[in-house]
Amino acid sequence: MSKFGLITKGIVKENPTFSLVLGMCPTIATTTSAINGLGMGLATTFVLVLSNMLIAAVAPVIPAKIKIPSYIVIIASLVTVLQFVMQAYVPDLYATLGIFIPLIVVNCIILGRAEAFACKHSVIDSAMDGIGIGLGFSLSLTVIGFVRELLGGLAVFGNRIAEGDGMLAFVLAPGGFLVLGYLMVLFRKVTKQ
Amino acid sequence: MAIESSLRNMVIVLFAVCLVASAALGGIYTLTKEPIEAAQVAKTNSAIAAVVPEFDNNPSDAANVREVEVNGTVARVYTAKMGEEVVGYAIEASTSKGFSGNITVMVGFTPDGTIVNTSVISHAETPGLGAKIANPEDPFMVQFQGINPGDPDFKFAVKKDGGSVDAITASTITSRAFCDAVGSAYNVFCKINGSGEAQE
Repeated sequence: MSKFGLITKGIVKENPTFSLVLGMCPTIATTTSAINGLGMGLATTFVLVLSNMLIAAVAPVIPAKIKIPSYIVIIASLVTVLQFVMQAYVPDLYATLGIFIPLIVVNCIILGRAEAFACKHSVIDSAMDGIGIGLGFSLSLTVIGFVRELLGGLAVFGNRIAEGDGMLAFVLAPGGFLVLGYLMVLFRKVTKQ
Repeated sequence: MAIESSLRNMVIVLFAVCLVASAALGGIYTLTKEPIEAAQVAKTNSAIAAVVPEFDNNPSDAANVREVEVNGTVARVYTAKMGEEVVGYAIEASTSKGFSGNITVMVGFTPDGTIVNTSVISHAETPGLGAKIANPEDPFMVQFQGINPGDPDFKFAVKKDGGSVDAITASTITSRAFCDAVGSAYNVFCKINGSGEAQE
């Protein structure tokens, strides 16, 4: 598969949210606004690309029986690095995403890609796969966040477009599931999956 | 997999992975320590500036910060001065009665105990409902400005509980918790005022 194909695959055919349906916990919890969704998506992408590359690099010397513990140590270290960096340079976004940054460690997308792709492919291919899946995740979260923010808060990327109260249910978890469900239907219809 | 899963190999590999990971974390921690502290100080400073009258000292400087214990909880008091005169106290208090998790607020008092303004430092309330407390222009937040909690005509509780505070619609728990936090900030103020530490 071409390098470019590896990236587009993550956005459409193996879109983590709408197609693989992985990482649902941060998806529902952090998409109360488009900016939060984008922030969470990019944070996950950062961890995913680096963890894919590191794991692809070290996979040949890791004995099979301790694969998972080694991968978790690598992923958890990357997430902690991300935490430090976000606290230092984007404290506001860090405060909003809160507990979901450390929870990237247990996001099934990351361990899933490590197991399913990175440990069997080259560093470059794994990086491309990470970028693709990460972009797919970021785009999905941004779209869900955009719809929820628009319906629930009458705002687009934090700018209010109309006066009054939106449909609050969409900012809360039940609305999150509704938006996710309808967007998933739409996505599968369009991509004919 | 080229490497056999013998005990010796597993111990060596896991040890190496953990060693490298901890060394990398230590390095990054040292690099980001200062920016993280600077970001926290900047946040505290902007919260202080939002809740007390104009001042020209540095309230978060160690000389102007006091830790005061009331009812077993420790609150930070930042003193704002204009020249030599104390213009206000910013008191950081928190409550665990929020709808989801702790709410930490900064409350600014003039030396006579009137609330200048309030500001929420951290919270985890429901977006769109309780999270309105993070918006300083929300009518719920504005009603605390210029109130003296010691005033007998003003009962410091939400109307549902027989008080004088208009709660946020559909967020009574958050509103109660906010009153609780502001109330404990006032208790701290009373303590420093009563002990003669708060002088004009």
